[in-house]
Amino acid sequence: MAAQQQLGREHQGITLRGSAELVSEFFSYGINSILYQRGIYPPETFTRVQKYGLTLLVTTDPELANYLNNVTEQMKEWLYKCIVQRLVVVISSIESGEVLERWQFDVECDKTAKDDNGPREKSQKAIQDEIRSVIRQITATVTFLPLLESACAFDLLIYTDKDLAVPEKWEESGPQFIANSEEVRLRSFTTTIHKVNTTVAYKKDSVP
Amino acid sequence: MAQFLFEADLHGLLKLDTPIPNAPPARWQRKAKESGPGPSPVGVSPMKPANRCHSSSKTPSKTPGKSGSKIQSTPTKAGGDRYIPNRSTMQMDMATFLLTKENDPFEESPTKKEQQKAWAMNLNGFDVEEAKILRLSGKPQNAPEGYQNNLKVLYSQKMTPGSSRKNSRYIPSMPDRILDAPEIRNDYYLNLIDWSSQNFLAVALDNSVYLWNYASGEIIQLLQMEHPDVYISSVSWIKEGNYLAVGTSSAEVQLWDVQQQKRLRNMTSHCARVGTLSWNSYILSSGARTGHIHHHDVRVAEHHVATLTGHTQEVCGLKWSLDGRYLASGGNDNLVNVWPCTQGGGGDFAPVQTFTQHQGAVKAVAWCPWQMNVLATGGGTSDRHIRIWNVCSGACLSTVDAHSQVCSILWSTNYKEFISGHGFVQNQLVIWKYPTMTKVAELQGHTARILNLTMSPDGTTVASVAADETLRLWRCFEMDPIKKKEKEKANSAKSSIIHQSIR
Repeated sequence: MAAQQQLGREHQGITLRGSAELVSEFFSYGINSILYQRGIYPPETFTRVQKYGLTLLVTTDPELANYLNNVTEQMKEWLYKCIVQRLVVVISSIESGEVLERWQFDVECDKTAKDDNGPREKSQKAIQDEIRSVIRQITATVTFLPLLESACAFDLLIYTDKDLAVPEKWEESGPQFIANSEEVRLRSFTTTIHKVNTTVAYKKDSVP
Repeated sequence: MAQFLFEADLHGLLKLDTPIPNAPPARWQRKAKESGPGPSPVGVSPMKPANRCHSSSKTPSKTPGKSGSKIQSTPTKAGGDRYIPNRSTMQMDMATFLLTKENDPFEESPTKKEQQKAWAMNLNGFDVEEAKILRLSGKPQNAPEGYQNNLKVLYSQKMTPGSSRKNSRYIPSMPDRILDAPEIRNDYYLNLIDWSSQNFLAVALDNSVYLWNYASGEIIQLLQMEHPDVYISSVSWIKEGNYLAVGTSSAEVQLWDVQQQKRLRNMTSHCARVGTLSWNSYILSSGARTGHIHHHDVRVAEHHVATLTGHTQEVCGLKWSLDGRYLASGGNDNLVNVWPCTQGGGGDFAPVQTFTQHQGAVKAVAWCPWQMNVLATGGGTSDRHIRIWNVCSGACLSTVDAHSQVCSILWSTNYKEFISGHGFVQNQLVIWKYPTMTKVAELQGHTARILNLTMSPDGTTVASVAADETLRLWRCFEMDPIKKKEKEKANSAKSSIIHQSIR
């Protein structure tokens, strides 16, 4: 891919396009991991791939893969234009529609990267290491997140700048917060152009 | 507490902003029920703002302005009606506020504006003026019908029914013996028991190490840490059984002579607790919380001869292969590294293999005694799988889902099987046949998660220590007396050859 070649040519440099590519790729694998770990889709529909020096699970279901691809492509574009603020994965129960879990990825974009043309100094390996620790943390959250009792569905929300023209296939939505939630902050990683913070909020169990 | 319920009830009855509980259903509600859960239920009256207030209720919902917040829980599914079939995507609370607030934004003082903005930020989690939320329409295919979340099935597992095929041998379902292990630290990452070739079982209970003589039943307290806050994090017997290596939470590796009950060495080279130890003749390898593995040559004064950096988090599993060629290490970073016994060209140790397939901490690491280069590893709570590897080719020979956290794996030469120790829900030990990976038996009894397993020198008994502060001895690999005689004959014939070729 062009971005990869760019990164290869200028050993240590990260360009805006490269950064957008890295972050949207992270989101794609991150969402797949969440869907697998939380059991939203049957584990048999996931296959293992090697990425970031880890074995990650991605879905083989064509419709779901297509859906996620659309989101990733759109995210890449918006990240390049630096108009994305947040990506949220909302997990809600199918029958009651209640939001049970909310994975929030905040994106802080360094807007000056759009202006200066030189690549930033940060080795891809360092970024990979940071991404690896975040993905591992997502995997490890299964030990403390409450069980999802009922069948669940997921939703993807993207917080963008106010003046963005809503592309087709997308619609405006509410924040879908969880009432009475417990929040846990996970690690963050940065490509020097984009910084991604991860938090997971889950519904506090009513029964102690 | 009853008076509060009563008060709450009274308040509920007096307030009329929530639907009255236990009231006869209103006409429109009855209609909704009649029409059934159709796609656009004509249930909700269009006048009622069917809003779903998802504001984070950490702050009381005091929206600025006079919005007379109507926080109603919607009676029907999506709060839809024939005008607007799907209301869930609408920001009804925003809409209500905007509609009902008075039209004098220009008279607001700047501080009031700031305050309102702060409230809006607080409630919505983002600045409404600056950002908007988009959602990709068209939900993806939901999981197929009848798919129940795997985790729920997993954690509510009942006992599995016994295998239909009769076991070819009798494995007692009760432990041979149960010993008390009070104050044992319930920490998954530590390795607190080991059984020596001289038939002594060493158990680390918080800050002391006790030796249990299997033959006589006698218990000796070998050592106790001087400092009250320091605890023992690992124990390991040298092959000959006369020295015991002890790793502590103060990052020390101590070497004790058991006959004289004296400490021979106190080796400090780590910066964090030493959770795991493994011997390879005179080399003692220790793994620490920093992720570093140190090799100590216990014969020389400068004991720290090598450092292996392959893990970024605590090393919890460490085992030298039986021929001493490879060292396998498992860490909290979900990696399994296989290290060679000699350094590479650059003088640095680099792993010959790294396995990333586990999705959880790898504490269970065990080498197959009868097949060269075969390694078994087990993953923690997030992973629950047992994997068998060939370390030369790097291939994963087989995987099996154990449905529970794996804390330890031991191979048995008597019957080509291996045993694994587990945690939640059943806290059982499972014996698996190799290479078919079928369950031979499940040993239940522990009432809390198993922490460690160790095997007797004759290979017939497995000792398991668990968080329920008991140590159970299971006689699961008892040899048939006839087979035993055959084996002994075979061994004695072989031993002379071995003595000739290896001095």
